[in-house]
Amino acid sequence: MIEYNKKSARAWSLLGTCGAHGIAARELVESNPKVVIMTADLCSFSGLDRLKTSCPDRIYNVGIAEQNMIGIAAGLAKEGFVPFVNTYASFCTSRCADQVRVNMSYMKFPIKLIGLTAGYAVGILGATHISIEDMALMRALPNITLISPADCMETVKAMIAVSDTPDPTYIRLTGSVNTPIVYTEDYEFRIGKAIWLCRGTDVCLIATGSMVSVALEAVRMLQEDGISSSVINMHTVKPLDKDALMEANEAHRLIVTVEEHSIIGGLYGAVSEILCRLGSHKTVVPIGIEDLFVHAGSYSWQLQESGLTSANIRVKVQNFFNK
Amino acid sequence: MPDRELIDKICVASKRMRHHIINMTYNVGNVGAHLGGSLSSVEILACLYLGVLKLNIDDPNWENRDRLILSKGHAAMALYAAMAESGYLDVNQLSTFKQDYSLLCGHPSLNGLKGIEFASGSLGQGLSQGVGTCLGLRRKNNSSSRVYVLLGDGECDEGSIWEAAASASHFQTNQLVAIIDCNRLQYDGETIQIMNMDPMADKWESFGWDVNEVKGHDIADLLEAFEFQSRKPYVIIANTIKGKGISFMENDYRYHNARLSKSLYEKALVELGAEND
Repeated sequence: MIEYNKKSARAWSLLGTCGAHGIAARELVESNPKVVIMTADLCSFSGLDRLKTSCPDRIYNVGIAEQNMIGIAAGLAKEGFVPFVNTYASFCTSRCADQVRVNMSYMKFPIKLIGLTAGYAVGILGATHISIEDMALMRALPNITLISPADCMETVKAMIAVSDTPDPTYIRLTGSVNTPIVYTEDYEFRIGKAIWLCRGTDVCLIATGSMVSVALEAVRMLQEDGISSSVINMHTVKPLDKDALMEANEAHRLIVTVEEHSIIGGLYGAVSEILCRLGSHKTVVPIGIEDLFVHAGSYSWQLQESGLTSANIRVKVQNFFNK
Repeated sequence: MPDRELIDKICVASKRMRHHIINMTYNVGNVGAHLGGSLSSVEILACLYLGVLKLNIDDPNWENRDRLILSKGHAAMALYAAMAESGYLDVNQLSTFKQDYSLLCGHPSLNGLKGIEFASGSLGQGLSQGVGTCLGLRRKNNSSSRVYVLLGDGECDEGSIWEAAASASHFQTNQLVAIIDCNRLQYDGETIQIMNMDPMADKWESFGWDVNEVKGHDIADLLEAFEFQSRKPYVIIANTIKGKGISFMENDYRYHNARLSKSLYEKALVELGAEND
């Protein structure tokens, strides 16, 4: 039985979101006989080594064949099973986009697709391995729920939560090992329900995935500038929590979206699409990856290059208020 | 040797199916329909629906049924015709093919039409779904159902078919039976000109499958092939003729997707002869 406490948060943070995925997979296999785990040659990388030894009959390693993996998952789902399917985010979304489209979006099989190392986590390997467009791709497909957990504890919680729904779901795992910790104790995680982490009056930072902890850092900096900030953990990007967004729009002078993803089609897109339908709304400033591939480099360097830092959030917010 | 009575029954149904296909195509007018690959699949699907598949029409989700996946989804007319001949559909429903809001879409869809296991239309996906279905059946200790996947030979250009073929062998999905409607033509012309996949049998054999090559319009030959119980994934390569049954369509790739004028429609009906002879 999993315990959500400070000790777990620390241990899981050391492993990173891939390791946390493995922890959740073990729990799911033990608690839900319908769950099967699938990977495209990433057992070790996705934290499944122990499970592979203890429950080999619950894991299917299909080799480096992502398209086939989604089709096999559809067959298993058709027969009543709940497949959790993982590989690098870029390969489980763009590589097999048509299989995802047909089997998850069109036929609505309850496949749970886990995109490892979304964003820049393995950016040292170059543009083939970064994933800055996966939310845009998945969000454009009807019927797919899209979750981007804020830290390792939320990764575990999200995986367990989605196992109980009939919905095809994409879970986007950002961050590397030593993932910053947002949650140190148990809390209520509800799919589609955003979480207010702090409340202020001037700016609302709406963040998802790895950028939630960065937004929290920015709050302290902005406080020094006399700017009062809210932070929303928008862990579910589709369906987006419209109520939280409406409240953010009404109660602040500025909205900032923060995401380790392209500014096209991700959280900024989702927020803007809703706000633009209103007669008038507050300015929305995007903090995300510009429409380009950053040169290969370390995770921290790529984040810096793309302005995905608390310092850049501070500058952007200051610029707005100093206009 | 398969039962003579059954062969005769399937022969009659096949003839009626060709009538249905011609009528459906004429009925959609200028929209046109996938004639060639539907006509080449007729005997394969007639054998499956009338002589091979374990099905329960009153309970389409019966656990112990056999599963059929029409991976070459553009042969939907042949599928609907076979379903009509086996009682899954009312024959009158065939006239709704490709009409707005019809359950009988241009490619099979999970829109409420009973008896469809998977939507198809995007080629190269059915075999993976078949492998997954076999793994699911194994998890449920269902060793009596077989999973049949109908592929086109042109469809075998898709790399995902070969990913699936390798995995079927790897996971020993011995309940899986693939049938290739090998009509040797695809949209743009002859398969050997567009993308030569010969020797097809050797390829499957090298992927660890049992291979059986048959005459794809010979009902006795097909039924005998379906009787074989393999200890490996099993593929039946059915050598067929695209447009089979209508002389001016046979082996003409332009009838892959075509419309029928009134005169061609009438000519086709004359060639087929009376529906219930």
